[in-house]
Amino acid sequence: MNWFTKLLTSTLGRKLMMALTGLFLILFLVVHLIGNLQLLKHDGGEAFNVYAKFMTSNPLIKTVSYVNYACILIHIIWALLLTMHNRKARGSEGYAVSKNSSAWTSRNMGILGTFILIFLVIHLQGFWAKMHWGNIPVKVYDGQEVKDLYAVVAFAYSNILWVAIYVFSMLVLAFHLWHGFASTFQTLGLNHLKYNQPIRFVGRAFSIIVPVLFAIIPIVMYLTTPH
Amino acid sequence: MKITLKIWRQKNNTSKGAFKVYQHEHVSEDMSFLEMLDVLNNELVVKGEEPVAFDHDCREGICGMCSLYINGRPHGPQQTTTCQLHMRTFKDGETIVVEPWRAKAFPVVKDLVVDRTAFDRIQQAGGYVSVNTGGVPDGNAIPIPKKVADEAMDAAQCIGCGACVAACKNASAMLFTSAKISQLALLPQGQAERKERAEKMVAQMDAEGFGACTNTGACEAECPKGISLTNIARMNREYFMATLTSYEVQAKGDGA
Repeated sequence: MNWFTKLLTSTLGRKLMMALTGLFLILFLVVHLIGNLQLLKHDGGEAFNVYAKFMTSNPLIKTVSYVNYACILIHIIWALLLTMHNRKARGSEGYAVSKNSSAWTSRNMGILGTFILIFLVIHLQGFWAKMHWGNIPVKVYDGQEVKDLYAVVAFAYSNILWVAIYVFSMLVLAFHLWHGFASTFQTLGLNHLKYNQPIRFVGRAFSIIVPVLFAIIPIVMYLTTPH
Repeated sequence: MKITLKIWRQKNNTSKGAFKVYQHEHVSEDMSFLEMLDVLNNELVVKGEEPVAFDHDCREGICGMCSLYINGRPHGPQQTTTCQLHMRTFKDGETIVVEPWRAKAFPVVKDLVVDRTAFDRIQQAGGYVSVNTGGVPDGNAIPIPKKVADEAMDAAQCIGCGACVAACKNASAMLFTSAKISQLALLPQGQAERKERAEKMVAQMDAEGFGACTNTGACEAECPKGISLTNIARMNREYFMATLTSYEVQAKGDGA
């Protein structure tokens, strides 16, 4: 086997792919969050709509978004490959009694990830697909026609069911990140007594702050829309 | 004290095993777990039954031969080897479930004995330092900082018992392999074969069918020798750097 394919397909290599794509997705979350927080600006959605237009038309952003789609796909496919390999390695006969001392999140990344994938499908279908191909009302800012994605979002978040789905999904994401963030560094071999504590702290802070901020948006929008 | 034992009995690798329950009336709390099994086996032999097969050798906690998954944990409730586990750890009248290590790469030979030669093959793939014969080198001729020597020694504590594989939900051998790679990668003597070693040992580990690491830390929690997860990170580092920068290594994972 060629050294490069070996690097990507060995057990360590597969974990490397998980870590690298995971790290990219963590960065993506930050960018996505900064954009989303503009929903809370009291300007009838102007800032958000202009931002949404920019994100779907700027060539550089478009290129990065393709990398992002690729990362999501690789993260899912490699997770499946690893899970199947790991199940096989465990063998057919299980333990009758097992007291595992490891953290719950670390043992259930696959289940958490599956929930996130389901959320992702709902989420992309609801907003992303509508923004790209849907029939969305148009607003005019400074003589420029901009799709009013804000209206779509505001309409969705006036429904308590959608708000509940989003808040629950962010809770799942928080658990996924709780293990995932620090785990990427361990997998990449970036483990050092000087940095282990800071990495763990930043990871835990990130896995709380980011999902909470994401979840606050639908809650606030639900509470502020007249019913 | 009196205990009830629920022990996995399996005739050989091809037959299907099952639990068998034994009432053990003659247990002293000063016995080690293996001595308790010795007494049970004596009674079974007297009764004309087949004694329970289990692995053991030095009974001093340093050979790595004893195994046993006791009450849901490798080597039982304490972070020690089974031979160093004493019956005072258990309560009078307790039911103790004893199972073999479970992993595809550790097939059951008989009862509680599993075949751990996969570890030997990983070790043979590169877990050594080639030394030329000749005069004895001077002691202290190669300076090694104390901290580094300590870290290498900590990794070298691994006795290859396989508790890490048994504890891991993926039956991953990464704690073992990483300890073996680390102990030599840290020392000057290990530098010549450093990259080749990492590539070959990881290839062998994969070829044996062990799982990948999910960084759950279950192995570290159960290791009787306190091998730390830091070693796995080091192995990842060693492997990635080796694969990216070494001369092409023929790592076929066939024990060579």
